Amino acid sequence: MMTTLKTWGAAFFVALMLAGPSAAVQPDEILDDPVLEERARDISKDLRCLVCRNESIDDSNAQLAKDLRVLVRERLVEGDNNDEVVDFVVDRYGEYVLLRPRTSGTNMVLYGAGPVMLIIALIVGFGYTRRRSTARSPTERTLSDEEEARLQEILKE
Amino acid sequence: MIVELGHFALILAAVTALVQAIVPLVGAQMRWPGWMAVAEPAAGLQFLFASFSFAALTYAFVTSDFSVSLVTGNSHTLKPMLYKISGVWGNHEGSMLLWVLILTLFGACLAWFGGNLPPSIRSRALAIQGAVAVAFFAFILFTSNPFERMDAVPFDGRDLNPLLQDVGLALHPPFLYLGYVGLSMAFSFAIAALIEGRVDAAWGRWVRPWTLAAWVFLTIGIALGSWWAYYELGWGGFWFWDPVENASFMPWLLAAALLHSAIVVEKRESLKSWTILLAIMAFSFSLIGTFIVRSGVITSVHAFANDPERGVFILGILVFFTGGALTLFAARAGQMEAKGVFGVVSRESALVLNNILLAVACFVVFIGTIWPLVSEMFFERKLSVGAPFFNMAFTPFMVLLGLVLPVGAMLPWKRAKLGKVVKPLAPAFVLAVALGGLAWTIQGGRSLLGPVGLFLGAWLLMGAVIDLMSRTGRGALGDRIGRLSRLPRADWGKAVAHAGFGVTIFGIAGLMAWEQEDIRVAQLGQPYMVGAYEITLEGVRETEGPNYLTTMADIRVRKDGKDVTMLHPEKRVYPVAAMPTTEAAIDYRILRDVYLAIGDAQADGAYTVRTYIKPLTNWIWFGSFLMSLGGLLSLTDRRYRVAAGARKAPAGGVPAE
Repeated sequence: MMTTLKTWGAAFFVALMLAGPSAAVQPDEILDDPVLEERARDISKDLRCLVCRNESIDDSNAQLAKDLRVLVRERLVEGDNNDEVVDFVVDRYGEYVLLRPRTSGTNMVLYGAGPVMLIIALIVGFGYTRRRSTARSPTERTLSDEEEARLQEILKE
Repeated sequence: MIVELGHFALILAAVTALVQAIVPLVGAQMRWPGWMAVAEPAAGLQFLFASFSFAALTYAFVTSDFSVSLVTGNSHTLKPMLYKISGVWGNHEGSMLLWVLILTLFGACLAWFGGNLPPSIRSRALAIQGAVAVAFFAFILFTSNPFERMDAVPFDGRDLNPLLQDVGLALHPPFLYLGYVGLSMAFSFAIAALIEGRVDAAWGRWVRPWTLAAWVFLTIGIALGSWWAYYELGWGGFWFWDPVENASFMPWLLAAALLHSAIVVEKRESLKSWTILLAIMAFSFSLIGTFIVRSGVITSVHAFANDPERGVFILGILVFFTGGALTLFAARAGQMEAKGVFGVVSRESALVLNNILLAVACFVVFIGTIWPLVSEMFFERKLSVGAPFFNMAFTPFMVLLGLVLPVGAMLPWKRAKLGKVVKPLAPAFVLAVALGGLAWTIQGGRSLLGPVGLFLGAWLLMGAVIDLMSRTGRGALGDRIGRLSRLPRADWGKAVAHAGFGVTIFGIAGLMAWEQEDIRVAQLGQPYMVGAYEITLEGVRETEGPNYLTTMADIRVRKDGKDVTMLHPEKRVYPVAAMPTTEAAIDYRILRDVYLAIGDAQADGAYTVRTYIKPLTNWIWFGSFLMSLGGLLSLTDRRYRVAAGARKAPAGGVPAE
């Protein structure tokens, strides 16, 4: 088991090379500079195609998405850094264009909800287990004799 | 005529459901056996009426009866028979009919196979089941009548959305609904238990198979939908964190939590009120999902049936059942007394942790899904929450879950020593870390996603094997392997499902971290390299399918000078629906998929070709298959076949837990 895991593990590592993820990007949009292009792809994945339902401009076939992809690339070619490109797009189209909302103001609720809930749940869960570990098993029966007999019959394997 | 009979049967089913919702409930309260006994025949009858109604609609689709407006809107005479049938549920009205058909099927199953349940629980659960059915029958009859006739009968239909004309998607909704609706059984049992004011080990044992079945169906349904997205949408994405996907994923997460906590109720009589709450919430999330899909309040790629009036109706159903259930829960949960005593380190507390992680993960998905709505309504801040947020916020929970799972799964009940469990697992952990480290080194830094996914997948897989082996007792390895086949099915189910979780993580990590992509204008006959593969566009043909025109490419894939395969990606146009679709061509292999899609023709006779090398992709669905298989194995375990009577367990074999 373990040796086979290792063998094929090594096999496919060697077979793999690294590349960016997939898209609806057209060949004529792709920048010649691979570093810039990869940055463009990274930015595109976080920008929403405004006329689509929940698709990034990187995935969408819509004309507006294409325009935005070209715009992002133009800004990059002009020397903007990633944040400046995103700010430029947000200034034009509003916060709605971001697929990963800003961590500011009321959005802190969105970002904080998970971690806070996890901490509360862990505290409650730990409290519960602590109580269970010190509790005494109740000895009084809650089932009538007849019910107990029926239960035993059902539970019998 | 048959269509009108179908409509009539639907009304009869609704009336039967109403009787089933009231009479047995009153009977159980007043202890009138005659009234309680109404539940079983009513459930059977309801199923018969609903089946007839569904059959009538199917008949209208199969015979292309275009006097029915639903058939006109979603079918066409040239459409292959399979899609004429799947067209029945490829639309809002028909899919709701399928929904209630499955609801009545579950009720009927409870009536037919629930002979071992105490009559009061059975009739109460059936009454709740009937009440849910009444609500949905009313929804269909008042807002979404599938049997509506046309004033003028057209010559032909407008065809089904071409994206839906696909085998994977034909089967996706029925499985999903079997899962969604299956959770109504857990809900009904929870309400019945709350009314009775008592939850015991037997309750855990009754509710678990239904939950398990629902979870298995949901797993299959979600996996089918994801696989469909992968091969149909043309760039090989498998999960988009779309609101409608989340709508199916949230009940899945809660059902997974529920089927684990029900074990604690069954074996240790603890976590009772929590399990009841989970049962209520799991079905409530099914209803929330229905609301999201049908109301259109949250924009999603599944533009299915966006009708505010229907949305309000479903919201009403949701508020009534969830609100009512939670009120009842608040009043009665205090009576659920925990019996089992267990240490802080024990299987029980491991399952508590499992529940915390799954439930909070579900909560995160829920917040992310509704946040655009909340933000716009209360803060006048219009924003989007998409895949980048969910990947960031959700993934840590699955990493934590995967990390603790193999240890938690092996902890003994009541009181455990951590050292004893960690010892046999240590080599697996070291090996998994080594594997992750190897990946990290070979890829030379960059994202942690791949290495961590690989580590988790290997850790879960080996953990499941070690867990299974540990149940075979002591002795020579050969003997222990021989004893594997005699282990209870539940042990196998657990190990297979946990291994499946690991396999899926493996696939997701591999695909997301190491995918290779190439987009270019390919000239005919000129080979080019993508990774280790040589791709040649050899020709492009125009041909015709039964109800579409297609541009089909012949693309040769070679590696190391040898032919690998010839692939035929297509671009189709469905003239009736006036809609183009992309049909990617995929060479499926164990370690990678070669994924080809053809795009637009260029001026000089060349074509845009997208080539993707997608490592380990099949593992995502193979893992889902293993998870479902694990669920099925557990479902067939001897101890759930209680209806078979008090048969003696065969001698020998290893005792179950």
